[in-house]
Amino acid sequence: MADVLIQSVTKRYGTVEVVPSLNLEIPEGSFTVLVGPSGCGKSTLLRMIAGLETVSDGKIFIGGTDITHTAPSQRGVAMVFQSYALYPHMSVAENIGFGLRLAGMGKSEMEGRVREAADILQLGPLLDRKPKQLSGGQRQRVAIGRAIVRKPKVFLFDEPLSNLDAALRAQMRVELSELHERLGSTMVYVTHDQVEAMTMADQIVVLNKGHIEQVGAPMHLYNAPATPFVAGFIGSPKMNFLQGPKPWASAPQGALIGIRPEHITLSQTGGQWPATVRHVEHLGGETLVHLDSECVGSLTVKVTGDLSAQAGTTLHASPRPEMLHVFTDGQRVSA
Amino acid sequence: MIRIFPRGTLMPFLFACTVALGVLLPLMMMVTISLNPDEQDILVSMGSLKSFIPETVSFQNYIDVWTDPARPFFRYMMNTAIVTVATLLISITINSMAAFVVAQGSLPGNKMVLLFVVATIAVPAESLVLPQLILAGKLGLVDTYVVQILPGIANALSIFLFFQFFSRIPKDLFEAAELDGFSFFQKYRHIALPLSKPVISAVAILQFLEMWNAYLWPVMVTRGPEVRPLTVAMGAFFGTNQRIPWGDVMAFAVSMAVPVILFFLLMQRQFIASVMSSGVKG
Ligand SMILES: Nc1ncnc2c1ncn2[C@@H]1O[C@H](COP(=O)(O)OP(=O)(O)OP(=O)(O)O)[C@@H](O)[C@H]1O
Ligand SMILES: [Mg+2]
Repeated sequence: MADVLIQSVTKRYGTVEVVPSLNLEIPEGSFTVLVGPSGCGKSTLLRMIAGLETVSDGKIFIGGTDITHTAPSQRGVAMVFQSYALYPHMSVAENIGFGLRLAGMGKSEMEGRVREAADILQLGPLLDRKPKQLSGGQRQRVAIGRAIVRKPKVFLFDEPLSNLDAALRAQMRVELSELHERLGSTMVYVTHDQVEAMTMADQIVVLNKGHIEQVGAPMHLYNAPATPFVAGFIGSPKMNFLQGPKPWASAPQGALIGIRPEHITLSQTGGQWPATVRHVEHLGGETLVHLDSECVGSLTVKVTGDLSAQAGTTLHASPRPEMLHVFTDGQRVSA
Repeated sequence: MIRIFPRGTLMPFLFACTVALGVLLPLMMMVTISLNPDEQDILVSMGSLKSFIPETVSFQNYIDVWTDPARPFFRYMMNTAIVTVATLLISITINSMAAFVVAQGSLPGNKMVLLFVVATIAVPAESLVLPQLILAGKLGLVDTYVVQILPGIANALSIFLFFQFFSRIPKDLFEAAELDGFSFFQKYRHIALPLSKPVISAVAILQFLEMWNAYLWPVMVTRGPEVRPLTVAMGAFFGTNQRIPWGDVMAFAVSMAVPVILFFLLMQRQFIASVMSSGVKG
């Protein structure tokens, strides 16, 4: 267990600055999720922590030790790749244990550790198989097993679930959270899926074009997003941003106003904004209604239960005023 | 009417047969003559159908060739085998290592190095023979195994084939290995090399044929039966003798070809198996 400290870390490819001077503290034992759109530098940051990418400027500390120039295998980190990166010619047991063998660990101790990891991940019956004889989910478990046996101070995950189907992804989310509780190690997890971020993290770092937009607990980011970018990125479906010259009377001039789909109520009789139903999505337990309003532009509203509204009919949408998010100059205005 | 050949397949079939005959006929002739102990009869039947289908089957020619004290067949074969196997082992090791260094991008001016290596494929080996001979003389290596092995070790085509294969191995694999504590050499030894079985067998087949059948270089640098290979010994049949003993020559040729065919079959099975298994994403 150790904290990771990133101090003014910069990454340049030639003259292109991909990560401009970034500071971040990842607390010991935390499950920190780095989220952001594609190309924002999540992988680059993670790979710099792993030592697979050099740092152009700045320093990285793990557990108080400066590891900026330490070899990847000496940093006390283990990484799980999106592609699993299993050694195709080795059995599951060898995949998990080979690194230990190279490190000079005795056979019996190594086998013990492999068995321990296999138990945690329910890989016992698969130890003699080759990776190509495994399903995607099983391969992912082997990749995690290979990380576990090294008993790293910090686990690094780069979009480990993105090659899995939705059901398996949901299951692995739970398993990874349980693994984190069980091992108590620091975990740094990269994803562009905000659901993964919300459900697993105890700290979310939202990245945008190489810089940090906001760091905080999932519910804090949900309730009080610091910037419109975070507001739009966290939460599903996306927050509505009101259009029009002055959509909300009490807001300052030129302010950007957001309201989450779940914080708008619909009524047939009367409300704040009359709007025409464009499309209705039935998710079972809840319904997403997409509307067009003359006052505030297009809106998405999430209502519990079923709502039988025809496209083209007019409804009245009303926001819960205490749930409005107000931004001026790209920053949150405390309401 | 039952069609034996579905529409459009007759012509390709006939074409394939013609090609196959072109390959098989000389081989049949070689075997047939090698089984005929009567030199007169061989000369008489040459040019007729009789030289393709054996009438008598006798192994006398083989016994003669294998036991001729003036031409120790098995000594020659051992020489050829030593030179071929040694070249193969060293060459595959060194060329795959060279390719790995280039493929990993750990050399300044990688692309140039590779380009230069590939360009040497265009240089005909024969044009190098004279300078090599002078070198061998100066180094006092004439009439040794070493002098037959050395020129075959660095092989541009082999380096290129390994390079192509190595650069297609996903980078993630090597990065995972780096985190697992593999050294540069261990990445080569425990990941790149075990995965490259298809290339190894392809390169081995090519180089085996090249070395087993090498003639020009060995004839220049070997003197006696101690290190001389089969090819040169066989060439001696056509030297000073007035009359060429065709039965013996063919028995010699068949005996010489058998290891090649065996090696080919062995490697080919390995080759096909590896190609099929590496086709599955893993
Ligand atoms: N070797 C490289 N040379 C030049 N630019 C690079 C290199 N590797 C990455 N980049 C650039 O750095 C930026 C960040 O890349 P990175 O892979 O970290 O993004 P990411 O957030 O992980 O995206 P994704 O979600 O698509 O994986 C991208 O704009 C990318 O084009
Ligand atoms: Mg990435």
